Amino acid sequence: MSTEKIQAELAKYEASVEKAVARFPERPHLPEQRLYTPLDIKGDDYADEISFPGVYPFTRGVQPTMYRGRFWTMRMYAGFSTAEESNKRYRMLIENGATGLSCAFDLPTQIGYDSTDPISEGEVGKVGVAIDSLADMETLFDQIDLGKVSTSMTINAPASVLLAMYIAVAEKQGVPADQLRGTIQNDILKEYAARGTYIFPPRPSMRLITNIFEYCSKNVPKWNTISISGYHIREAGSTAAQEIAFTIADGIAYCEAAIKAGLKIDDFAGRLSFFWNAHNNVLEEVAKFRASRRIWAKVMKERFHAEKDKSMMLRFHTQTAGSMLTAQQPNNNIVRVALQTAAAVMGGTQSLHTNSRDEALALPTQESVTIALRTQQIVAYESGLADVIDPLAGSYYVEAMTDKIEAEAWDYIKKIDDMGGAVAAIEKGYIQKEIQDSAYKWQMDVESGARTIVGVNKFQMENEEPPKDLLKVDEAVGERQKAKVNAMKEKRDNEAVKAALADLKKACQDENENLMPHILAAVKTYATLGEICNVMREVFGEYEAHVSL
Amino acid sequence: MEKKIRVLVAKPGLDGHDRGAKVVARALRDAGFEVIYTGLRQTPEQIAEAALQEDVNVVAMSILSGAHGHLFPKVVDLVRGNGMTDTLIIGGGVIPDGDIPALKEAGVAEVFTPGTPTSDVVNFIKENVKL
Repeated sequence: MSTEKIQAELAKYEASVEKAVARFPERPHLPEQRLYTPLDIKGDDYADEISFPGVYPFTRGVQPTMYRGRFWTMRMYAGFSTAEESNKRYRMLIENGATGLSCAFDLPTQIGYDSTDPISEGEVGKVGVAIDSLADMETLFDQIDLGKVSTSMTINAPASVLLAMYIAVAEKQGVPADQLRGTIQNDILKEYAARGTYIFPPRPSMRLITNIFEYCSKNVPKWNTISISGYHIREAGSTAAQEIAFTIADGIAYCEAAIKAGLKIDDFAGRLSFFWNAHNNVLEEVAKFRASRRIWAKVMKERFHAEKDKSMMLRFHTQTAGSMLTAQQPNNNIVRVALQTAAAVMGGTQSLHTNSRDEALALPTQESVTIALRTQQIVAYESGLADVIDPLAGSYYVEAMTDKIEAEAWDYIKKIDDMGGAVAAIEKGYIQKEIQDSAYKWQMDVESGARTIVGVNKFQMENEEPPKDLLKVDEAVGERQKAKVNAMKEKRDNEAVKAALADLKKACQDENENLMPHILAAVKTYATLGEICNVMREVFGEYEAHVSL
Repeated sequence: MEKKIRVLVAKPGLDGHDRGAKVVARALRDAGFEVIYTGLRQTPEQIAEAALQEDVNVVAMSILSGAHGHLFPKVVDLVRGNGMTDTLIIGGGVIPDGDIPALKEAGVAEVFTPGTPTSDVVNFIKENVKL
C-alpha cells in the first residue's frame, strides 16, 4: 500500500471511530496514538537503525543467535544474615538450576562499616549478608567453585575491597584471577542520584572506579568491571526514558574519566555492562531495552570512536521492578513478575533476577524465591517468547516507541552534556529533582485513580489476611557477627594489618597509584572492610549529599 | 493566622531508599504543612536533635531496611527524653504487620505500610497532632 493510500485509509478510520470515542472516552496514560501504522516507522532505515542481531547498532540484540543457543543467565539476587546462612541459600539456588550467583550485602558492608561499628547497630545482616573480612568471604563461597560459577556483587562505594576479597578467596581455591567471571556494580554516580550508599566524594570515587577498570583489564579480563545501573533510578521513580538517559549519561562520565586517566576506550569498554529495570508496561519496556542498545552503540562509535564491536554492545542484567510489587494481595505479584520477565526476555536481556511475591513486605522466603526462579524457567522453556530473536521488531508500535524513547533520552543526554556531564548534573541536584518529580507524579496519579494498581486503588479486598511465614532475620545476627569479627581480630597478625593499612594510605595520597594491588594486599592480612574504608575516608573525605525536595 | 503544622521527615539508619520519604514530604508540604527533610543516614541522636532545633510537631520516619524494630523506638526515646512529650511520632516503610504492635507499644503513633495513600498520612496528622 502506498503512503498516500495508508494516509487516506487512516483518515477514514479516525473519522469512523469518532463516535465511539465520544461514547467511551479513552483512559488516561495511553500512548499518544490509538493505532500505529507503517506511517509511524517510515523514517527508520533498516540497516542504520534496526539491522541484525550482533550487528551495529545492536537494536535487535548483542549476540547473533540470542536465546536460540543459550538462555539468559538466571541470576537470583540473594543474601541475608551471616555468610553461613547466605552460603546455604546460594547452594540451594544452584541446585535448583540458577546459573549465576548474585550477592546482596547488608548496609554496613555497602557503606564500608564493620558490624562492630556503633552506626551498624540494627542493620547487620538485614538487607543482605554481613561481610567484615576475608574470613566471611571464605565462608560465603564455601564449597562453591569460583572457577565455574559467575558471581554478581551488588557493591558500589567499597567495590574494590569486595572484589579484592573475591580474588583472594579464588586464589585460596586455586582458581587464577584470569578465570574469574562476574560483575561488580561499582556504579557510584547512581548512588548519589538515587540509591544512597555512597561513601567518598565524586573525584576519589571516580578514581577508584578507573583503577578497577585498569587493574581488571590486565588481571581479571573476564570480569565485568561495572554495572551501570538504571534499575535504582527507575525504582526511585523515574520514567523509562529517564532511566536509560541518566544511566547512559553516567556511562559517558565513566568513559571520560577512564580516558582522562590514560586508558584506551577499546581496552575497557567491552567489560562495561548495564543494569535495567523491567517495569509493568511490557511493550514500553521492550522498546526501552531496544532503544538503550541503539543509543549506547552510537555513543561509543560516534562520541568515543570505539573500533571494536564489543565496545559498542550494551549488555545488560535486568531485575523486575521491586517498586511495583504490592503489599496487598501479594500473590498477584507472581503475575506481575511473569509479565516483567516477558518484557526482559523480549527485550534481549543477558541475565535476569525475578523478584519474589513477598518482597513488598520482607526478604523473600525460600518458597517464594523458588516460584520466582520457576517463572523464568517457564518463560524460557514454555512460553515461546525466547524462540526467535527480537520477536517484536517490526511492530509498528514497538518500533515507533523505540524511536520515541530514544529521542527523549537523547534530549536528556544533551541537556546533561550542556551542564558539564553527569557528575555536574548530580552535584546541581538536577537528576535527583527530575526523578523526584516523576515519582511524585506517579503517586498522585495513583491517588487520583488516573493510574490503576490492582489490589491497591482498585479491586481491593476487605479484611485481607496478612501473609504468614515472612522471612525474619534473626535479631541476634548482629551480636553473633560482632563476636566473629572480634575473634578474627585476635587471631590475625595485627602487625601485618597495620603495615598493609599504612601502605594503602600512602597509595591513596598518590593520585597516580592504582589502589587495587594495595587493597588486595590489605584484605589478605584480614584487615576488615571498615578498617580499609576508614583509611580511604581519612584521605578522601566523605560525600555530602544534596538534599532538596 | 493559623499556626502551620511543622513536620520533620527523617531517614534513620543506613538505608538509602528515600523515594517514599520524599513523596510523603512533598505531599505534606502540598497539604500546607511546613516540612523539613533530614536527608539520608541519620542517627537517632541526630533526628532527635533536629526535631528539637526545628521545634516540630511531628516526626515522620521512613525505613525500608528492616531496622525499624531497633531504630524507631530509639528515636521515640530520645525525642521524649528531650522533653518533647507532645510530638506526634509516626513511621512508614517496608514493615511487616507482625512488627507493628511492638512499634506502637514503643510509642510510634501509627505505622504506614506500602500502598498507603499520602492523604491517609495527612489526615492522620491533622487528627492527632497537638499544636
